[in-house]
Amino acid sequence: MLNGLGWLKPPRIRGGVHAEERKANTATQAIVSNFPLPKKLYIPLQQHVGKPAEPLIRVGETVLKGQLLAYSQGMISAPVHAPSSGTIVDVNDYPAPHPSALPIRMIVLETDGKDQWLELPEIGDPFQLSPENISLRVGAAGIVGLGGATFPTAVKLNMGRENHIDTLIINGAECEPYLSCDDRQMQERSEQIIDGVRLMLHGMETHHAVVAIEDNKTNAFYAMAAAARHFPAIKVMQIPTRYPMGWDRQLIRYVTGREVPVGCRSSEIGVTIHNVGTAFATHKAIRHGQPLVSRVITVSGGAVGKPMNVEVPLGTLIAELFAFCGVDSTQTARIVMGGPMMGDSLPHTGLPTVKATSGVLALTQAELKSTDEQPCIRCASCLTVCPAGLRPVDMANHIKANQLDAAVDIGLKDCISCGCCSYICPSNIPLVQYFKYASGEVAARQQAQHKSEQTKKLMAARQMRLERIAQQQLEEEQARIAAKKERERLQAEQETAAS
Amino acid sequence: MITYHKPASGAHVGANKSVSQIMGQVMLAITPATAFGLVCFGWPALFLFLITVASAVLFEALCIRLKGRPAKPVIMDGSALLTGWLLAMTLPPWAPWWIGVTGSGLAIILGKQVYGGLGQNLFNPAMLARVALLISFPIEMTTWANVSPLFFAHSPSFAESWQITFSGLQNLDAYTGATTLGYIKTEFSQNHILPDILQDYSALQNFIGWTRGSLGETSALLLGLGGVWLMRQNIIQWQIPVSLLATVAVLSGIFHLLDSNHYVSPFLHLNSGALMCVAFFIATDYVTSPNTSAGQCVFGAGCGLLIFVIRTWGAYPEGAGFAVLLMNSATPLIDYYIKPRIYGRDRQGKPLEIPKP
Repeated sequence: MLNGLGWLKPPRIRGGVHAEERKANTATQAIVSNFPLPKKLYIPLQQHVGKPAEPLIRVGETVLKGQLLAYSQGMISAPVHAPSSGTIVDVNDYPAPHPSALPIRMIVLETDGKDQWLELPEIGDPFQLSPENISLRVGAAGIVGLGGATFPTAVKLNMGRENHIDTLIINGAECEPYLSCDDRQMQERSEQIIDGVRLMLHGMETHHAVVAIEDNKTNAFYAMAAAARHFPAIKVMQIPTRYPMGWDRQLIRYVTGREVPVGCRSSEIGVTIHNVGTAFATHKAIRHGQPLVSRVITVSGGAVGKPMNVEVPLGTLIAELFAFCGVDSTQTARIVMGGPMMGDSLPHTGLPTVKATSGVLALTQAELKSTDEQPCIRCASCLTVCPAGLRPVDMANHIKANQLDAAVDIGLKDCISCGCCSYICPSNIPLVQYFKYASGEVAARQQAQHKSEQTKKLMAARQMRLERIAQQQLEEEQARIAAKKERERLQAEQETAAS
Repeated sequence: MITYHKPASGAHVGANKSVSQIMGQVMLAITPATAFGLVCFGWPALFLFLITVASAVLFEALCIRLKGRPAKPVIMDGSALLTGWLLAMTLPPWAPWWIGVTGSGLAIILGKQVYGGLGQNLFNPAMLARVALLISFPIEMTTWANVSPLFFAHSPSFAESWQITFSGLQNLDAYTGATTLGYIKTEFSQNHILPDILQDYSALQNFIGWTRGSLGETSALLLGLGGVWLMRQNIIQWQIPVSLLATVAVLSGIFHLLDSNHYVSPFLHLNSGALMCVAFFIATDYVTSPNTSAGQCVFGAGCGLLIFVIRTWGAYPEGAGFAVLLMNSATPLIDYYIKPRIYGRDRQGKPLEIPKP
């Protein structure tokens, strides 16, 4: 009876688009594992949210695969390990896999071709380990959120324990078009992923997990459901195919009906979310002691001759990946790291793949959205598709008029840059571009204001200090004069007494 | 490999629906009703239609040239063509040529370009022009030709039609009469009651559009079908048409039940092509209607209410134009008060509270 009133509740999915998937040519083939080992690997020290790792090796040192290259520093950070065996030839600034391609610190490893693992520790039953020990090992293995957020996984496990999580959600949505690396992993590595989920549950002291998979990945769903059938704590469910279903907050609302308040972490309402790739990495780290040194990457797009999912060592240059996959450089109009909705466009291929790289796309001009910007016709499609409930058209108008504060007032900071508004806009208005620009500008202005306030404070402090010193000097001077007078007076008294 | 690089954020791919495609699909949706109207009212209607549409495009081009910009890309978006087309649909089919030209001028120049062009106007250009014409030229705007299809014996020949459009109609009464709603209004003023007035009313003829009326607004059937197709194509949403039609139906239903001699039945209201045209093609104009679903429902209901009030108690037999313009002026207000709720915040924009476990 009461279930009949379900439609009165707020909807569990809001907004979103169903973009053309274009996953078929990679989702139907097995993950390619014979990628030739690159001669050189470029390993950034920052491949995660938080502080960059600190290198502990020297140039010229030889390392084995899996050896610690740089250690985690600070509460939120992650270490970096050698993706293969060889010699460290440089620790220096190289272009980052970022739209700017500005240099960041990287370790350059010249591989010796042996790909020789470090001696890995023997591990008995991991469920005998304490939960703290699990997150310690996950942290030491350099595991971060592999869905693209790259938040250190160990920190999330710790927060899970502290906040008494009741539901662990495993994100198998993979809602971005083109990408199919999670899909393939769920099909081929379902047992290991489910094992990773169990280890995560143990590490968080949680008893219930939900693996959520979009209903366009039926093979993955069946594989995962089969792998989870002996574990009643793990439920595998299908969710509607609708980008951005994999946005953590959308998924949390869909699976649990709970909405994460602005400014809170999901763990504060009893939910934690991890990607399927992260679960697999956890399995490898705990069961086999292997740190995170490689990942599955989707290489796809119209300019790719042999689109595929391929497991590559971290630090592989995109150029080598493209050469292996037969990318036609004359056809490539844009290189995108990540999916086509949220991914970043890269200026060139001399950039390394990192822990966050779920895909690299070589898109042809025909696949790209037109950049011929036309006037807004107020069709309100952007409002309809916005999963965050924002008004992109109004925000963009404020930003165009340089009223950034007004844009912030109506929700600029709640924008998740999912790209739905840009995707749907019939006038080809690059809305997300406006929002990213404005966010950067607001941050820069705040910084400038902060700086001028600090300067003012310092100036005032200096003024006070100078005054104080002057005052002190004056008092000392007066004291000295008084003392001198006193001395003279005493002397005069003595002289009169003597005479 | 280096690509030509201008930093671009996502989405890198896009839905393949452009402004001109949207305009094109709306035109496709109104084509059957327009074609039917052109057949019903013959050559003069065709002349008026072509003149109105062509002058709308020319006025648009002129304005863009005055702004010092190339006119062709703006013309190609199809919005001026659509505005002219919608205006022509709402004109009396045998109106003289200058009605079409004046109307297009009002719609494009006063209704759209003075605000800054596409997307900037407060009022629906076609309705603004129609209302301005109705007030300025009441005789020309209320002279309704009889149904006289092409090539029928009593229909005007090509030469006569040329005369009708370009030199004015000589023997007016022989070819014209009142629309259904106009007739009812006149009869009410002579204290007749509805059952007597509607003796000759044919629901079927009104439904398919074989009746006196505006050029493309006679057929409730074809306009309704076009509108439903547009909804299926996801060009328009259901909120405005449904709330508008439902409001008219409910209000007229209540009054008809109370006094069926003096209040027209909801069936007759809904069976008018003009209402269908407004509900699906005029009130749903993106530029001049609210942005949110709830706002659109309020807007549609407001239009329906005003249409019913003007039709029932106003001086004009048909009130759709006035209703839409009045509600257009309320659109910014509606958008100000009705906003979507941001994820993780309450309606006031404050973060939600963390639920206690």
